[in-house]
Amino acid sequence: MARELPYIAAINEAIHLEMARDDTVLFYGQDVAPSDDDDFVKAFSRDRVRVSPISETAEIGMAVGLALAGYRPVVELLMAEFMLVAMNQVVNEAPRLHLMSGGRVKVPLVLKAGYGFTAGWAGQHTGSIYNMFCGIPGLKVALPSTAADAKGLMATAIRDDNPVCYLLHYLLVLEHGDVPEGEYLVPFGKAVVRREGGDVTIVATGWTVGRALAAAETLAGEGIAAEVIDPRTLNPLDTATILASVEKTGRVVLVDQGTPHGAFSNVIAAGIADQGFSSLKAPVKQVTALDATVAYSEPMEAYVLPNEEKIAGAVRQVLGSAPVAA
Amino acid sequence: MTEKLDAERLTWMYTQMVRIREFEERVKRTFEEHPGVIRGHTHLADGAEASIVGSIATMRPGDQLMATYRCHGYPIALGTDTKKIMAEIYGRKDGLCGGYGGSMHLADPERGFLGTSGIVGQSIPQATGAGWAAQIRKEGQVVLCFFGDGASKQGAFHESLNLASLWKLPVVYVMENNNYNVSTRSDQEDANAAAGEPLSTKAKAYSMPGVTVDGGDPVAVHETVGEAVDRARSGDGPTLVESKVYRLSAHGNLIAPPGVPLHYPEHEAITTFGNREEYEAALRGDPVPRFRMRLVEEDTLDPGRADQILRDAREEMEAAVKYALDAALPEPEAALNHVYA
Repeated sequence: MARELPYIAAINEAIHLEMARDDTVLFYGQDVAPSDDDDFVKAFSRDRVRVSPISETAEIGMAVGLALAGYRPVVELLMAEFMLVAMNQVVNEAPRLHLMSGGRVKVPLVLKAGYGFTAGWAGQHTGSIYNMFCGIPGLKVALPSTAADAKGLMATAIRDDNPVCYLLHYLLVLEHGDVPEGEYLVPFGKAVVRREGGDVTIVATGWTVGRALAAAETLAGEGIAAEVIDPRTLNPLDTATILASVEKTGRVVLVDQGTPHGAFSNVIAAGIADQGFSSLKAPVKQVTALDATVAYSEPMEAYVLPNEEKIAGAVRQVLGSAPVAA
Repeated sequence: MTEKLDAERLTWMYTQMVRIREFEERVKRTFEEHPGVIRGHTHLADGAEASIVGSIATMRPGDQLMATYRCHGYPIALGTDTKKIMAEIYGRKDGLCGGYGGSMHLADPERGFLGTSGIVGQSIPQATGAGWAAQIRKEGQVVLCFFGDGASKQGAFHESLNLASLWKLPVVYVMENNNYNVSTRSDQEDANAAAGEPLSTKAKAYSMPGVTVDGGDPVAVHETVGEAVDRARSGDGPTLVESKVYRLSAHGNLIAPPGVPLHYPEHEAITTFGNREEYEAALRGDPVPRFRMRLVEEDTLDPGRADQILRDAREEMEAAVKYALDAALPEPEAALNHVYA
């Protein structure tokens, strides 16, 4: 049975269910349950639910140590940028210890953080920096775009034996969607086709999935059938689903909220060039954020972001139905 | 209560100190005798044997420890096979960690050694997390966290001590103060040292006990760390122990690109500061012969038995070198194993 839940509630439900299922799952971080009346504290005690100081290196480093000692910590980091303070623990400790020990230790942990909060948060809280956590062998990256995926990917992240960056999109936290009740797992490395179409493949992540679907609806009115793919996890990446779609459509638009040279869409584009080139009927087009720190004031913020119009315009270009921008 | 050290236990401690020293001597000699066998960077524990063994002697089964890239001594004292450790340092398939980690990244979780970080200070929060795990288990486990004086200038150290004290975690922070951060003296980069105060002063900021001990005296270390372990075990929280040691080798072997023979330079007291007398004074205070002399003088250890311990250790390390030299290198494609658990 599914019922409507907001994205943020779906995440909390997954954590709660996993904590009830497995005594080794812990949940802590800044502003997590300062009050003893908190549902998590009442259900799981202060042994397993704690509010931490503003000490990201210690918070994430402790998660590594807890994991080495047999636990499965979920660390609330609030904002993805806060992980930058502790980048060594994220990229140079957690994902490396399993291999460096020759497989003798493992580091199952979840780093939960929001990103892309382009709602007037200015330059330091609006970044779409997930690409900084990709390309690190040993570190998985999940980007849920729906309430159901928010629940299912969190549950999978907690059960995974590796460190996972679980990056929720701040603009989606109140979006409602059908969420299955009870145990619900979404596998890592399995993309979902959000809309089928034979003319062009659009690959989008997080908040841009909704923008791509809106663009696809507009394009349908013009007789263009766009297929929209949401990879859901960037590591592991379901390249096969993307390539199969490209083989069918021969035309690709990649949407990413990151900046041009820091966008994960570059990695997808390279994969298509390497393994799907012969399917292509037009150059791959990317719609990313523009190359700037996000400005505070709304017109400037909106200007740099990918949106429905930019995505639809890119689709028209790869279909040859619009002039290539100068 | 901290265990009373009888003759058998003291002899065990001396034996471990000798084994660590002889192991490190063979690592060092490998650069001359078998050039190219050890790659990258190694860091030796010679001079810190008393501190390591005195600390580890306080551990009970189930206790855990984490350490730094200067990590050969701990597993030796914990009972890890020295053949496996040497084979790891030689990059062999049968090494302790399959040749994936090397000298800086030993781990033996079955014996409580959870691992190291090659980045200064970064295993301190990890050991603190293991301390939270011990607190949840409520089985009286304690975590020993070893690091150097340089690490106490890292945010990771300060964040961790604050949290450990706040949550009364069963962790003993053992700072091996060898007075040098690679080639920089502590009084050049530590406010406490510059003010003439011990580095254990830092504990005051986190409302935990801070004590300084002669890290060249394994009995004193055992007593001091033992009190801290008792405190942690009884739920009273962490302690910072500053254990003053003198590193008898340079920070590490020469840093050079492939093709340049690696070797151990002289200690930084000599190479950087031209202070040969400081180094020679440290040699005169070498904790290994110092402990032997004490045990012999106290009639705890027969000189013949002490000689036999040394001969046994040399034989053991000769066998470790031979095993490691003869052991096979890993298959190249094994490089892709263990990326994910």
